[in-house]
Amino acid sequence: MNYLIKRFQRLLIVLGVVTLITFLLVNVLPGDVAYEIAGMDSSEEEVQEIREELGLNRPVLIRYVEWVTGIFTGDWGTSYISDEDVWEAITDRFPVSFELMILAQILALLLAIPAGMISAFRPNGRGDRIIGTIAFASVSMPSFMTAILLIYFFSLHLGWLPATGYEPLSEGLWQNLRPMILPALSLALVEWTILMRTLRVEMIAVLQENYIALARAKGMSNLRILLVHALRPSSFSMITLLGLQVARLLGGTIIIEQIFGIPGVGRLLIHAVYTRDFIVIQGCVTFFALAFVTANFLVDIAYAWLDPRVRTRGAHG
Amino acid sequence: MAELSQSSGKRAAATAPAQQDRHAAAIAMYRKRNKFGLFFWIPLVWLIIVAIAAIGAPFWGLPPADEIDWVYLQSPPVEGHPLGTDVLGRDLLSRIIWGARVSLTVGFAAPFIGVGAGMILGMIAGYYRGWADEVIGIAIDSWLAIPGLVVLLLFAVVFGGSLFMVCFSLGLLFIPTAARITRAATLNYAGREFVLAARAMGASDFRILTKEVLPNIIWPLIAFILIDIPIAIVIEGALSFLGLSVKAPTPSWGGIIAEGREHLSVSPHISMYPTIVMFLTVLSFNLVGDAIRRRLADVREGAI
Repeated sequence: MNYLIKRFQRLLIVLGVVTLITFLLVNVLPGDVAYEIAGMDSSEEEVQEIREELGLNRPVLIRYVEWVTGIFTGDWGTSYISDEDVWEAITDRFPVSFELMILAQILALLLAIPAGMISAFRPNGRGDRIIGTIAFASVSMPSFMTAILLIYFFSLHLGWLPATGYEPLSEGLWQNLRPMILPALSLALVEWTILMRTLRVEMIAVLQENYIALARAKGMSNLRILLVHALRPSSFSMITLLGLQVARLLGGTIIIEQIFGIPGVGRLLIHAVYTRDFIVIQGCVTFFALAFVTANFLVDIAYAWLDPRVRTRGAHG
Repeated sequence: MAELSQSSGKRAAATAPAQQDRHAAAIAMYRKRNKFGLFFWIPLVWLIIVAIAAIGAPFWGLPPADEIDWVYLQSPPVEGHPLGTDVLGRDLLSRIIWGARVSLTVGFAAPFIGVGAGMILGMIAGYYRGWADEVIGIAIDSWLAIPGLVVLLLFAVVFGGSLFMVCFSLGLLFIPTAARITRAATLNYAGREFVLAARAMGASDFRILTKEVLPNIIWPLIAFILIDIPIAIVIEGALSFLGLSVKAPTPSWGGIIAEGREHLSVSPHISMYPTIVMFLTVLSFNLVGDAIRRRLADVREGAI
């Protein structure tokens, strides 16, 4: 419990620092938000008026405190380009990003688990080496390049799947999933290698255990041993890693959503960057940080709950 | 009984050479594993080719990267344009070579900036402990709380895209991990006898850090720079793919891939050639880095 309280304190401090830095970067360093709104050829009075209206001529610290209290009360500000409420804009789009992330993780697991099992079954064997080489190559292949190749082969060459677009779930499950397959696959083809390696290492250790030897002595088939007896105890690190990968995926979805035209939070952020919509940028960055820190905290809790050693280690500092 | 002892004696005699064989085999395998094989030399040659092409870009007699050839717009490879031209009729080979300059500059500069700064922070945190450690720890945690690409987007919008800013902001991304590695290593060495001896002899903190601690922790950091180079190239590629790296007329790999994306169905070569070149370069950096890292690890173990 002590451990969790300590982690939670750290989480709050981190969030405070992140929001402060984001706020300062957006509000203090570049020219002025008011200039951006007023446009190129506006008089000084107009700019001053906008400043007055937005309350930009008050001290930074006060505005920061106001903004942070706003975050907790659901008032994340309003975009001055689309007049959209930032919180609503983010929550509208988040389910789409979330679906993409979940699909990507599922596909990554579907690739990683069999590959990891084959690798661990005979370390340094032929299968292990082939899989290792493929993994090495796919690490060198960033997701946006994979996406381009996938679009080229599956959409343009074979015409099996659409290259861009998004259908809401109300259009039917298959209609919804079809355009999501390629984006999720582009993310998964990068992520699976880390999962695979973690599973491989842990499974090699597990396969040395006595109870595996016993299962083998009982005449159990290799497939059954791997699936029933070895997989569960070896997947512990991999599951924790799934949580940590949320961060990488949050970054990854930004570029993938942009390529495939998926209306998620990443696309909202990129669009805001292109139009220099500072209030939306500020909101999105905070949201990403919040999501990431929360995910990490949940992983910590799960970890401490699953493994008593972590709990005691934490209690002693 | 006699038979038994005889057979066991025979077995003992048989195991000795067998064991020797196994030792010899293990040593041979160890040597083979650590020799720089084809998977080191081929990528290295490729990297040297890319580097020479990029450094000497103005001297190869290629058409300038932004020169428009009105005769060949968006054409596949033809005479005079060995890799074809893009939508605006600019020579693709020339653009890829000029783009390599951006990628390689960022690829080398960013990890050095990041690991350099991270090293200093990590040594301070690990050596002085106390509140400095706490503050740096919180800073690192906060820095890690935002996904890397988001940090870069924020920087791109605030500071605009110049080559220096891209190197600098990308370098910032490497600070947290480098600082953590350094901190752990410094903690390990700060309590050792030779550090205590140096302190007893009246050495200043600065001298202890640079002369006693640094030589011991520098190797993992060099290995870390090697890992970071391909990562930096990939992230720069992603940024320029989004159009947020160096400004538009300057060619960059990600930028060329993005420009070709809309014409993938008609002229896939615009995107495919830079994709292939970038993939090979990143893969080569990974392979070369991996081989050197393994070598470094062995040297360290051998030295101890």
